Amino acid sequence: MSTTELAPAPPARRRTTPQVRTPKPRGRRLTVLVGAVLGVGALVTAFPFLWMVATSVKPRSESVAYPPQILPKEPTFEYFVQLFQDLDFGRYLVNTLIIVAISMVGLVFMAMAGYGFAKFSFRGREPLFFLVLVTMMIPVQVTMIPTYLILNGMKLTNTLVGVALPSLVTGFSVFLFRQFMTTIPTEILEAARMDGAGEARVFARIILPMSKPILAVQVVLTFIAGWNSFLWPLIIANDERYYTLSVGISLLNQQIASNPSLQMAAATLMVVPILVVFVAFQRFVVQGFALSGLK
Amino acid sequence: MRPRITPYVFIAPATLLLVAFGVLPILVATFVSFTDMNLAGLGDWSRISFVGVDNYSQLFGDAAFWQAMRNTGLFAVFGVPSVIILSLAIALLLNRSGSRFFKALRSFYFVPAITAIVAVSLVWGYLYNTQFGLFNYLLSLVGVGPVQWLSDPTMVKFSVALVAVWRGTGLNIIIFLAALQGVPKEYLEAAELDGASAWRKTVSITIPLLRFAIFFVTITTVIAWLQFFDEPFVLTKGGPLGESTSISLFLFQTGFSASKFGYASAGSVVLFAIIAIITLVQLRARRTDVDY
Repeated sequence: MSTTELAPAPPARRRTTPQVRTPKPRGRRLTVLVGAVLGVGALVTAFPFLWMVATSVKPRSESVAYPPQILPKEPTFEYFVQLFQDLDFGRYLVNTLIIVAISMVGLVFMAMAGYGFAKFSFRGREPLFFLVLVTMMIPVQVTMIPTYLILNGMKLTNTLVGVALPSLVTGFSVFLFRQFMTTIPTEILEAARMDGAGEARVFARIILPMSKPILAVQVVLTFIAGWNSFLWPLIIANDERYYTLSVGISLLNQQIASNPSLQMAAATLMVVPILVVFVAFQRFVVQGFALSGLK
Repeated sequence: MRPRITPYVFIAPATLLLVAFGVLPILVATFVSFTDMNLAGLGDWSRISFVGVDNYSQLFGDAAFWQAMRNTGLFAVFGVPSVIILSLAIALLLNRSGSRFFKALRSFYFVPAITAIVAVSLVWGYLYNTQFGLFNYLLSLVGVGPVQWLSDPTMVKFSVALVAVWRGTGLNIIIFLAALQGVPKEYLEAAELDGASAWRKTVSITIPLLRFAIFFVTITTVIAWLQFFDEPFVLTKGGPLGESTSISLFLFQTGFSASKFGYASAGSVVLFAIIAIITLVQLRARRTDVDY
C-alpha cells in the first residue's frame, strides 16, 4: 500500500464540467442500457433483503408454505414481539450498543495516532508506522487463539470490554487518518501554538474539525464494524449476559427448520439499522476512500 | 518548544493496542504451538509441557487439515477472480453516468458488504432450504429438480462461496469507484475526439490507470479468501463431513470446540506463513512492474 503523500482527490468534475457537446445518441442509448442492466443487477443483489423483510412479517404457516409466496397475506409483528419478550434480544441489543460505544473510544485513539504519524517527526516514526501497516496483513483467525489466551490472562473474558478490545484499533483506519491529516497545512498548527494553544487543544480544536470528512467515514465504518462484530463476541462471551445481537442470532440458526419467520425477524432487526446508517452516509464513504489517496 | 514526548503520547494508545492484539498474538501462537496447552492448561499453567514439533508433525499428517487446505484453495481459486471481475465491472458500469439514478443504484450493490454475516446467513440458509426454500421452487418452475444446496459435498462449496462473493463485492466496488474519480477526464475526452469506442477507452485508459486499486483489491481479496470463515461457520458448520471446512474454520474448531490450543496454534502459524508468503510474492511482482 502506498504510504506516500496524499494527492487530494479532484473535485467531482462531472458536475462542474459544462456540457459543451450534447452527448451522442449512441452513447446515450448505451447509458440507458447500462442503467437497465444495473437496475436488474441491483434488484438481484438486494433480493435476499427484500425476502428477509417480507418473511419477517409472515405468520409461520406462510413462511414454511410451499410454493413460497413473495408477499405476506396476513402480516404480523408477533415475531418481533417474541424476540424481545420470550427471547433476550433486549439485552443483546443493549450489549451491542455498548460495544459500538466502546469502539468509538477506539476511533479517538486512531485519530490521535493518525495525527501523531502525520504531523510530527520523531525517532522511530518510520518503523512504528510500518508496524501499524503490518498488522493489516495479520488475519484475525491467526490471532484468535492467542488473543483469547491473552484476554483470559487479563481476566477480561466474559466482559464487554474484552469483546471490544481486540478490534478496537485497526491499522487500516490509522492509515486512513494519517493520509488525510498529512494534507492539513502545518502553518495553521504553528499559528495556534504561537497563540499559546496546548497540544491537546490543537488536536481537539483544529485537527478534529478539519478532519470532518474522514471522521464521518470512520464513524460509519466503526459503527458498522461494532454492530456486526461476531467472532470476538462468540469467543470472548460465554455467559449469556454478554451476548450481542450477532451471537443471539447465530443461536437461532440451530432452529433453521422450525421457524423462518422468527429468524427473519431477528435478521431484520440486525440489518435494517445498518442499512439506514449506511444509506444516509453513503456519499461520505466513497468520498472518504477517494480522499485517502487510494487510487 | 514542543516537548519531545508529545508525538509518542498521541500514537501510544493505538500502537500499544495494535501490538497487544496484532503482533503479540503471533509470538504467543508460536510459543503455544510447541506446547500441549488445552483447557486444563488454561486454568493451571503448570500442566502445560513442551512437546517440541509434535503439533506440527501431527498437523501435517491430519487428513482433516489437508481437506481444509484443499477446500480453502478451491474457495480462493473460485472466489478471488469472481469477486475482482464482478466488482470492477459493476464499478465501471456505475461510473458511466453521474445521474441520480446511477447514484441511487450504488447503495444496492454496497449493502451486502456492510450487513451482519450471521443475519445474512440466516436469510441465505432459508433461500437454500430444501423443503420450502425459494431457490428450489424457482428451479422447479423451469423444470429443474431440487438441488441439495448445503448437503451435497460438491454443491455446498459453491453455495457458501456464492454468499461470500455476493458479500465480498461491495467494499471493492467502493474502492474502485473512489479510484475512478482519480482518472483524468481529459484523457478520456482526448480519446473520444480520436474516435475511440467506450470499450476501447475502458480497456486502454481507465483500467491501466486503475492499476494500483486493482493491485490493492487483489491483495486484500486473496487474504480475505485465505481467511474464509464466516459463511461456512454460520451456514454449514463446515459440513457435510468437512466438505465446506476452510482452514480458518478448522483452526476455530480444533481451538475452541476441542480446546486443543497448542495444536490449533500450530495451524495458525502455518496459515500465517502461507498468507505472508503469498502477500510477499504479490508485493514483489508489483515492484518489478512498470509504473505509469
